[in-house]
Amino acid sequence: MMDLAVKPNVLWAVAGLFAILLSASLIVFLLGRANPQKNYAELRQRVNSWWVMVVMFSLAMVLSRKLSLVFFGFLSFMALKEYLSLVPTRRADRRVLFWAYLTIPLQYYWVAIGWYGMFIIFIPVYVFLFLPMRMVLVGETKDFLHAAGVLHWGLMATVFSVSHLAFLLALPEAGNPSGGGAGLVLFLVFLTEFNDVAQYVWGKLLGRHKIIPKVSPNKTWEGFLGGVATSALCAWLLAPWLTPLSLAHSLAVGTLIPVAGFIGDVVISAVKRDIGVKDSGSLLPGHGGILDRIDSLTYTAPLFFHFIRYFYF
Amino acid sequence: MARLLRFLFFGVFIRALVLVFLGLNVRHRERLPSQGPAILVANHNSHLDTMVLVSLLPLRLLPKIRPAAAMDYFLRNRLLAWFALNIVGIIPVARRPQGRAPVLGGLAEALARGDILIFFPEGSRGEPEQRAKFKSGIAHLAEGHPEVPVIPLFMHGLGKALPKGEAILVPFFCDVFVGKPLHWPGGRAEFMAALEVAMQALEQEGGFSAWE
Repeated sequence: MMDLAVKPNVLWAVAGLFAILLSASLIVFLLGRANPQKNYAELRQRVNSWWVMVVMFSLAMVLSRKLSLVFFGFLSFMALKEYLSLVPTRRADRRVLFWAYLTIPLQYYWVAIGWYGMFIIFIPVYVFLFLPMRMVLVGETKDFLHAAGVLHWGLMATVFSVSHLAFLLALPEAGNPSGGGAGLVLFLVFLTEFNDVAQYVWGKLLGRHKIIPKVSPNKTWEGFLGGVATSALCAWLLAPWLTPLSLAHSLAVGTLIPVAGFIGDVVISAVKRDIGVKDSGSLLPGHGGILDRIDSLTYTAPLFFHFIRYFYF
Repeated sequence: MARLLRFLFFGVFIRALVLVFLGLNVRHRERLPSQGPAILVANHNSHLDTMVLVSLLPLRLLPKIRPAAAMDYFLRNRLLAWFALNIVGIIPVARRPQGRAPVLGGLAEALARGDILIFFPEGSRGEPEQRAKFKSGIAHLAEGHPEVPVIPLFMHGLGKALPKGEAILVPFFCDVFVGKPLHWPGGRAEFMAALEVAMQALEQEGGFSAWE
């Protein structure tokens, strides 16, 4: 037990996650029994996919820090692959895309050695400068700006943003005696994903007034505000166990995460609408693809990271 | 020994490559055959096409899966020939036949054994992500085996991942659209027309833009 990479509070939090999943499965089962005429197949698929995701995530987090970094690197890889398979790319840029993939191991290597300076500028500066140069060497100028922009946006969303989750693990343990880096990751990921679910459920229960019907017709003010209230409550309850956040800061983060998560969700929705697809993939039955699942994280991860780093590290 | 190597190659290496490194989005998986004999017919853009098609079927069927492949290309040296025949498990086919009967002979024998053939009627990989006209060899094969279902498949993405003439593999998701099994309509021209209609419908289902 002592060999595990995380503090006891984190193990309790993981146990809590499984308790929530068990109750979700139980609720779906009881719903199915109570209304046999209704079809709960999609809901069941959704919960089953959550089981797979939570088991993989928990194992990666609990077993070792290296494994956690590999897990997040793999998440970036899957997300970037999904993105580059959806967006129109130029045939001339095939090898440029290969270089784009190579940024993933490098970015997570900076995390592994704790080199914050490089981690924070590698993609926004060096990769930003390098890839267009590589494209110039290919020599195709038609749609050049579009291709360079599309590629860099994808790297920022799927590699740069997501790697902030990993860098939470590289922050000094002393800054968060109650939960360590893993506590921060768990806090952020749980709040982000639970907020998604909460906004969905509140929207289903009370949703009347649409927020941005042009981008995401199912998003309502009632769902959004219900999610913010639920997340603020969760943040207030969980922060003392997993984070160094003060009471005021925990409420601030409890508001920041649902708002940022909502924005990440609708930004990816706008991207999908632009491309003309409903789901980014079919990897997670009931959810869609990886991008559909981590859309909120692309906004919450960097914002939470900088909040906590500014005030506590 | 070769059977074990083939099992490891497709069961471990190729499955990891196809399912993790590339990734599949399969539409209408339930239309895939659960037993032989059957003929899988697909568009051809990449060496990965065969790897993906083999990975679509359960491993228990692996001993039955036989890709039809160009003799002049895959048997051009001894090492490649050993790999193609024993590991990939190809049935060599002459692309420029002298007479018709011996060309499809190996394929007919395989169908008689109840094997599942993989057949690329375009004849070669051609330009990436562009469908070429199907050659009529498939109609001759189907005519000789009117009871065997022909399953059309449209694949997208592998021409981007590993096109002809490229050595570097770049990860792209591969979309596979499985069509309804075609049954022998009674004539070669009708068969080719039905196959073309099925392929067009599958291609349109994806709605992919051209890769330029």
